[in-house]
Amino acid sequence: MSFSTILQHALTGISLGGAYALIAIGYTMVYGILRLINFAHGDMFMMAGYFMIFAMASMPWPIAIPLVVIATMALGVLMERAAYAPLRSAPRMSIMISAIGVSYLLQNLATYLFTALPRGYPEITLLKHIFQIGELSASLVTFVTPVLAILLVLGLVYLINHSKMGMAMRAVSKDFETARLMGININSVISFTFAIGSALAAVGSILYFTDRMSVTPFSGALPGLKCFVAAVFGGIGSIPGAMVGGFVIGLTETALVALGYSTFSDAFTFILLIVILLFKPTGLFGQKTTEKV
Amino acid sequence: MKKEMKWLLSLATLALVVWALTALEGRRNEYNMLYTVLQKGMILAVAAVAMNLLNGFTGLFSLGQAGFMAIGAYVTAILTIPATKLPGVYYISGVSQAILSFRGWTDSLPDWFQTAFPYLALIIGGLVAALFAALIGYPVLRLKSDYLAIATLGFSEIIRAIIASPQLNLITNGSYGLKSIPKLENLLVTFLIAAVCIAFIVLLIRSSYGRAFKAIREDEVAAEAMGINLARHKQYSFVISSFFTAVAGGMLAMYMRSIDSGTFKIGLTYDVLLIIVIGGIGSVTGSVISALLVTAAKEWWLRFFDQPLVIAGWEVPLFRTGFRMVIFSLLLMAVVLFYQRGLLGHKEFTWNVLMPSNWRKWLNKKQAGGKRHA
Repeated sequence: MSFSTILQHALTGISLGGAYALIAIGYTMVYGILRLINFAHGDMFMMAGYFMIFAMASMPWPIAIPLVVIATMALGVLMERAAYAPLRSAPRMSIMISAIGVSYLLQNLATYLFTALPRGYPEITLLKHIFQIGELSASLVTFVTPVLAILLVLGLVYLINHSKMGMAMRAVSKDFETARLMGININSVISFTFAIGSALAAVGSILYFTDRMSVTPFSGALPGLKCFVAAVFGGIGSIPGAMVGGFVIGLTETALVALGYSTFSDAFTFILLIVILLFKPTGLFGQKTTEKV
Repeated sequence: MKKEMKWLLSLATLALVVWALTALEGRRNEYNMLYTVLQKGMILAVAAVAMNLLNGFTGLFSLGQAGFMAIGAYVTAILTIPATKLPGVYYISGVSQAILSFRGWTDSLPDWFQTAFPYLALIIGGLVAALFAALIGYPVLRLKSDYLAIATLGFSEIIRAIIASPQLNLITNGSYGLKSIPKLENLLVTFLIAAVCIAFIVLLIRSSYGRAFKAIREDEVAAEAMGINLARHKQYSFVISSFFTAVAGGMLAMYMRSIDSGTFKIGLTYDVLLIIVIGGIGSVTGSVISALLVTAAKEWWLRFFDQPLVIAGWEVPLFRTGFRMVIFSLLLMAVVLFYQRGLLGHKEFTWNVLMPSNWRKWLNKKQAGGKRHA
């Protein structure tokens, strides 16, 4: 394999990793606060894909994109209010089952509304513009994705460290009960978390599907799980960790496909998960917690 | 209710079921839907009870069911596809010599062996899955709640990827799947296998092991303090549950007659999970009832949602393909949100529900001051 082919694959990998990073942040934030694997997050990402198809059918992309982001945020908050909020004091298994139920519902709803056939994803001509650098050729989206992912992560970290809402989020993730006693409105913090997670998933979805060209009701499931693995890899609850995890998984996946092991690229993600869980359960940047009796 | 009375009722029900199943066997074509639902429902019931052993009784939230079902299904399929049809099934890249010679040997064995072989194949499938579970369980069972869930889910996906990989073309036929799997003889046999599996699990739950499992579910630390070896008991529960999950997988293969790696996606695990959620996590009878109900609802009763409905010339909106599953998932969400205990919760179905005094008790639950009817 020549050097330029390797570079070409690396570019694809970084681009995929950027989209993964954006989705992984949604998992890591929700887990940090609710201790819940939001199994429906991947399906939110898929729904954002469909929103984009419909938005682009009638309006230009500069209007469509913010609309899609807002619609996904609304769906995320609605999901939290309807399916997770009533189970706040229920055992963890119930909330997780509810999350699986929401995922099931969203997939079935999408199959019903949009049929199971793949739908073509609209092309944003600007993002599809091909650049030629030496022997490398890549569309603009390949470059935009990682840059945008890093910028959004920096913004989010700033928001969490320097705003009042961010402080509340940190407090809630540290200790749910105490934060509530301190007068923090838990529900609004959780809704805010879901809104941000969904918005990032919407952006991630636009970047991801622009490269993939089509959406099906099940196209969110596997990327969703992979991004959860990315979040665990980086240390669940840590935003920079989720980003690093996303890039690592994106790069290794692309590398495996390039080497001809495409059937194992999905399996590899889970092997990575198990190895991480066994040897460093806190992930790369996670904080150690002690189990209290 | 007296014990003898309960036995009598159980025996009468059993006789009724056997009679109904034999009657149904003869009129299979007339009651095709009922037949299908009963068969598939019973197979899912085995998977659900096995999952309940792990999730409901031991408190280990595992999502690896589809993977173990895949192992059971593939082993059973490879062992039972008639040797003459093997080249036709593996038409793309041929079949491994080992399988061919092994199948040649099994086919040369006497007749009684041929009759027993499909059941033996189910057991072998279960044993292979149990072996995998033992290997996987050692590292994975150290994880807690949601990490365990995602790790087992990961393993199920890994198993699927391995089955579908082109490197295993000669054994699993890669992504083309297997077909021409001989079907289960009749409905009664399906019920019998399912009953044996479920009875074994019930006996296990009632044994000292079962009590240890429940203790682990309630409080791991306390259970350990009482002298229960956590790692070993979790491993037992995991391995036994996987064995029966794989048997259910094998039966599913025999029911479907053709399988491929896509059959065993995460969706299958979710289907089983939904059954135990609706039936009550921690109730064997609940799982069985719910497996039959859910299958009937999904495959049969809710079918009409998928067809356009016209009432007096007015076409009811929303009714079209896929609506059934939306309704079904909404029902499920309603159970999860408002009726978390499911049909039976932790309880089991007993004949006591027939006693009028129990209805009264149920109605006056709130005022009940502890009066007991003998």
